[in-house]
Amino acid sequence: MSNSRDKIMAAVKQNQPPASQLPDLAPLISGAPASLEAFRKVAEGMGSHLLEVTDEAEIPALLQEHYPDMEQVITTDPLLHARAATFDWLTGDGRQLQQADLAIVRAQLGVAENGALWLTEKELQVRVLPFIAQHLAVVLDINTIVPTMHHAYEKIGGPQTGFGVFIAGPSKTADIEQSLVLGAHGAKSLTIIIKK
Amino acid sequence: MNTAIKDHAELAEAFNANEPRVNWHDETLWWVRQKRDKMAWSLPEWETLRETASLIKHNVLGNLHAYLEEFERNAQQNGAIVHWAADAEEHNRIVLELLQQQGVKRMVKSKSMLTEECHLNHYLADHGIEVIDTDLGERIVQLAKEPPSHIVLPCIHKKKEEIGDLFHIHLGTPAGNADPQLLTAAARLHLRSEFIQSRVAITGVNFAVAETGEMVVCTNEGNADMGAHLADVHIACMGIEKLIPQRKHLGVFLRLLARSATGQPITTYSSHFRTPKPGQQLHIVLVDNGRSRQLGREDFRNSLKCIRCGACMNTCPVYRRSGGHSYHNAIAGPIGAILAPNLDMKQYADLPFASTLCGSCSNVCPVKIDIHQQLYKWRQVLVQDGQTKAAKTAGMKIMTTVLSRPGLYKFAGKMARWVMRVAPGMVNNRFNPWYKQRELPPPPAESFETWYKKNR
Repeated sequence: MSNSRDKIMAAVKQNQPPASQLPDLAPLISGAPASLEAFRKVAEGMGSHLLEVTDEAEIPALLQEHYPDMEQVITTDPLLHARAATFDWLTGDGRQLQQADLAIVRAQLGVAENGALWLTEKELQVRVLPFIAQHLAVVLDINTIVPTMHHAYEKIGGPQTGFGVFIAGPSKTADIEQSLVLGAHGAKSLTIIIKK
Repeated sequence: MNTAIKDHAELAEAFNANEPRVNWHDETLWWVRQKRDKMAWSLPEWETLRETASLIKHNVLGNLHAYLEEFERNAQQNGAIVHWAADAEEHNRIVLELLQQQGVKRMVKSKSMLTEECHLNHYLADHGIEVIDTDLGERIVQLAKEPPSHIVLPCIHKKKEEIGDLFHIHLGTPAGNADPQLLTAAARLHLRSEFIQSRVAITGVNFAVAETGEMVVCTNEGNADMGAHLADVHIACMGIEKLIPQRKHLGVFLRLLARSATGQPITTYSSHFRTPKPGQQLHIVLVDNGRSRQLGREDFRNSLKCIRCGACMNTCPVYRRSGGHSYHNAIAGPIGAILAPNLDMKQYADLPFASTLCGSCSNVCPVKIDIHQQLYKWRQVLVQDGQTKAAKTAGMKIMTTVLSRPGLYKFAGKMARWVMRVAPGMVNNRFNPWYKQRELPPPPAESFETWYKKNR
């Protein structure tokens, strides 16, 4: 194995072209809007549903109204739902979440150009949570919306945890004759609750 | 499907037997191309993005040795185990050994063109291990015992009725039901049980960051995440050209990838895997399989910039009308046609000729690979290497003779116009490959030269 490594590295070293400079990313960091309206337009186009609150205390009732028939609700903050599951869902290899109907989590930031939300292991606690739950609700502070992916990475910086993900809408597929179907393997719906 | 002995033209002829279906295939892909255009045109900085991405990848090619070392060091610090595979055979053997250590007989895999290139599924099947492809399109072609026909849209060649029949047989959906909603729901249930049971998950890699040792995997379905987060062992397989220097460069590539591929602003999930989850093993298999050789070919090394978006396929007039399987290679279309001859010049000698050289592929490529120019250059390499058919070489030699002698050219033109007028059957017959699927237009009454002399 180490033999292959040496062989590959020797061939790469011999065959690689002369080194060139990395381009400057500054020209790409444009004055694109970071507004809620810009974010909403794209996020809804990606299949997300947007709700707005001015006080987090409104969230439990709003989610109850929006997702009335959820049996198992998993939330990383019990204040976000009145009937949050109380079993020890943090322990296990992820399979303990296979009955989850609704997961409620917080995002670090949102991206206006593509409606994506940035979540890491810190917010999710169990990596598989936003994928395995049948439905997903994400709380996003309006002040954390950035214009583009460049701004997003600038704000995120280096990795703080072992896993991070941009999520833009519910899981989807168009593999059958290009017909869009929501709910391929991950969450069937995504509700973004904007905290103003 | 045994396509090894048939070339692109023969396979395309079979695909063209059903004309309405070819038209449907053509229009579906053109629709995807138009969605890409809409996205590209909505960003004023689109061309700057493409240029930046191309320059970043250029920097990667020139510093690949250092970036590979940096990536390996950081990945190991993150707790991953890094393996190196010189070729497809070694890649397959490494994966098999990992699976045998775990004692698994069945496991899930999300989309990876690299494992297609290495024919991993067949290899594992020969060793008694069943791979369940979890991307819906890939699962469909797997059930149909076919390879994917497109790198982003694996079953773009299949009608929903055929998928309904497949699912009826394999997943027990109602006979005759071809509703995409119902079929997707059935696949969701079927594959959920696979995800829950699988102890090992294989994923591909879209981008690997040297600076952080992390890997980014992009899907719309969430299948890579369902597999990797539930498994005890995550095996990520990647070609050595997937590296990018720093995390901030992901911003450039994630902006380009989905817009170019399907006309979405970003894929639903862009997952950044850095460390294994607690108690999990993370294995990264770095594969060369001809890439370091391609790196040394000055005319062709830019092909290694490819981010596998498939835009060149969607726009290609030949791909749209010949279908992905006609390329008899894991990667079809224009990009496949410049990558494949590097793997095996003899086996893929036909592919660089499956092009009109119109240049549309180069125009849509998000990392500005000069695809059509490389197709043209490969033709020269292949002819010089004696890999083209004798009849074609002879025909070209005759053309060279005719075109380099004005008198002979004039005489030949006159003869051709006369023959086509007096005895069109001499040209319009089954021995003339140009007559297939085409009616030749009526010959002009006079040559351009004669016309020009009269009209100037």
